[in-house]
Amino acid sequence: MADIILVVVEQREGKLNRVSWETITGAQAIAAETGWTLEAAVVGSGVGDIAKEVAGKKVSKVYALESAKLEPYTPDGFMAALKPFIEQKQPKLVLMPHTYQVRDFAPKLAAGLDRALISDAVGYKYEGGNLRFTRQMFQGKFAADVSFVGGPPYFATFQNGAFRGDQVVQGDAAAPVETVNVDVAEGLVRNRPEAPFVEAKQAVDLTQAEIIVAVGRGIKEQKNIEIAKQLAEALGGEIAASRPICDAGWLPMDRQVGSSGQTVAPKLYLALGISGAIQHVVGMKGARTIIAINKDAEAPIFEIADVAVVGNLFDIVPPLIEEVKKAKGA
Amino acid sequence: MSGYIRIGDSRFETHITRPFPILPPLIYTCRFHGMRSKRSVKCKEPLVKILVCMKQVPQKDAPLKLNEGGTWIREDVSYEVNEPDAYALEEALRQREKHGGEVVVITSGPARAQQVLREALAKGADRAIHLEGDGFVTLDAFNTAKAFATAIKDESFDLIFTGLQSDDYGFAQTGVILAALLGWPHATIIMQIEKSDSGIRVKRELEAGFFQFVDMPLPALLTIQSGINKLRYATLIGIKQAKNKPLKKVSFDEVKLTLGENLQKIEKLYIPQKTKKTEVLEGPPGEIAKKLVDKLRNELRVI
Repeated sequence: MADIILVVVEQREGKLNRVSWETITGAQAIAAETGWTLEAAVVGSGVGDIAKEVAGKKVSKVYALESAKLEPYTPDGFMAALKPFIEQKQPKLVLMPHTYQVRDFAPKLAAGLDRALISDAVGYKYEGGNLRFTRQMFQGKFAADVSFVGGPPYFATFQNGAFRGDQVVQGDAAAPVETVNVDVAEGLVRNRPEAPFVEAKQAVDLTQAEIIVAVGRGIKEQKNIEIAKQLAEALGGEIAASRPICDAGWLPMDRQVGSSGQTVAPKLYLALGISGAIQHVVGMKGARTIIAINKDAEAPIFEIADVAVVGNLFDIVPPLIEEVKKAKGA
Repeated sequence: MSGYIRIGDSRFETHITRPFPILPPLIYTCRFHGMRSKRSVKCKEPLVKILVCMKQVPQKDAPLKLNEGGTWIREDVSYEVNEPDAYALEEALRQREKHGGEVVVITSGPARAQQVLREALAKGADRAIHLEGDGFVTLDAFNTAKAFATAIKDESFDLIFTGLQSDDYGFAQTGVILAALLGWPHATIIMQIEKSDSGIRVKRELEAGFFQFVDMPLPALLTIQSGINKLRYATLIGIKQAKNKPLKKVSFDEVKLTLGENLQKIEKLYIPQKTKKTEVLEGPPGEIAKKLVDKLRNELRVI
């Protein structure tokens, strides 16, 4: 039997999380290179429609792992669904998107099968029959090629943006969908989750902004936020920040860009004193042009910047404000 | 309700139900009846025993260099406590201030890592456990969790806190695996913790600005998100007192039999290849400002 790649797609409240397409795109690429068979699974209650949606892509088969006890999501429930399924199907590779939900159960699932999980990978390499995954280390300052030791199944999760979800290959015909009724024993699920909610209505919708001036730790003090605000104002853009700035209360939480904040794709993203930690970068790397000003020449933000200015932002921003004002006045 | 957890090839009994731990008489204010379930009924303010897993990582702005083999960084850098772990400690101290009890901190790593524990003791942790040895540095998340599980097998915690991930490896796995090894429920990326009738009620951070409350029984493991609270500084008196607080050392040899082979291997560490062509602007600030505005106006056409 051919080796199987199993992608566990993510659904929340009956809707497919679009980041799942990225994982399928990546899995399709691995399948093409290795000749392994690609299958997918969706876990939940009443997920038949999602399974059908996935079956339209180039995959061999889609499993709908069903139980009323799988809604809402709990790590115990997903463990009860996926562990016996994987033990039975014996896939070579299990791929998932590196979402907050997957982070919550995947380490437990892999450990429960006594296997490793390579988490938050940004790509893969298949050379000489060896499959390795690339992941970022030290907040993106380094990359590492990581391989699995021992036998399968191998578990890996892909970082948001690692592959293009819009490049997922359609299937010639719909793949078969098989429903697997999952037995979740009474009393097994210990966590009792309530419905998700939004804290306060997001006062600022940064996703619509064309120009964003964002500040990071390099701004050093709360009072220095002012010059960034002045620059944003001169440019007619919005002010935003990386997480530490919002944690410190220097800017409100709804100004946060990154995995726990908003994901933005403006025409211009001007990063002031932002080092470029992964958690921030996933929220802004879709910007059309990224200009980064940072005094540390090795800051990871420069890896994704279109224009790099290595220097002290406190020296550069004040004349920049003046020049912008001049240009706009002209 | 005692169960078994598998650690490598050995088996350890977990202490899900056990006699209540001996506590200093001064804060021993309630009558306990041995069993956890009775204890929470009898007490208005139950005492909590919290373990905080902490890690020492290179300082955020420390220049890092690759070692000769290109498998890891050179060790001669400055270190600091992993930021989310500092929030985990702060949360543990706050919970103890509210409910009484004990805060124990644990780390693994060479002698240098003791600094993390000393700082935690100075901030108010009661005692510390140091899994000391170079061998701990290269353990994967699974083995680190196994080492921690082994080191605490005779303890009886109500809660274990970890930071949500480390700034070096960034696995975001050790806490969840530790919970699995102990047979405990867990919840990740936590922004708030309160006591409930049946255990605790925690606020999980979800993506895109969403949150969710989760009720869960004790004992439980939580991974803590940065920003859950405001960090305190160590006081002078705290720093002085820390010197007399117990710090237990556990050697690599003491736990190594419970570890397995690392199931993932870093083959190569390297500077990431740039996927983007970056234009570098240089010169005096005034000149850079002019060049930038020229770009914004004529190339990007945003002003």
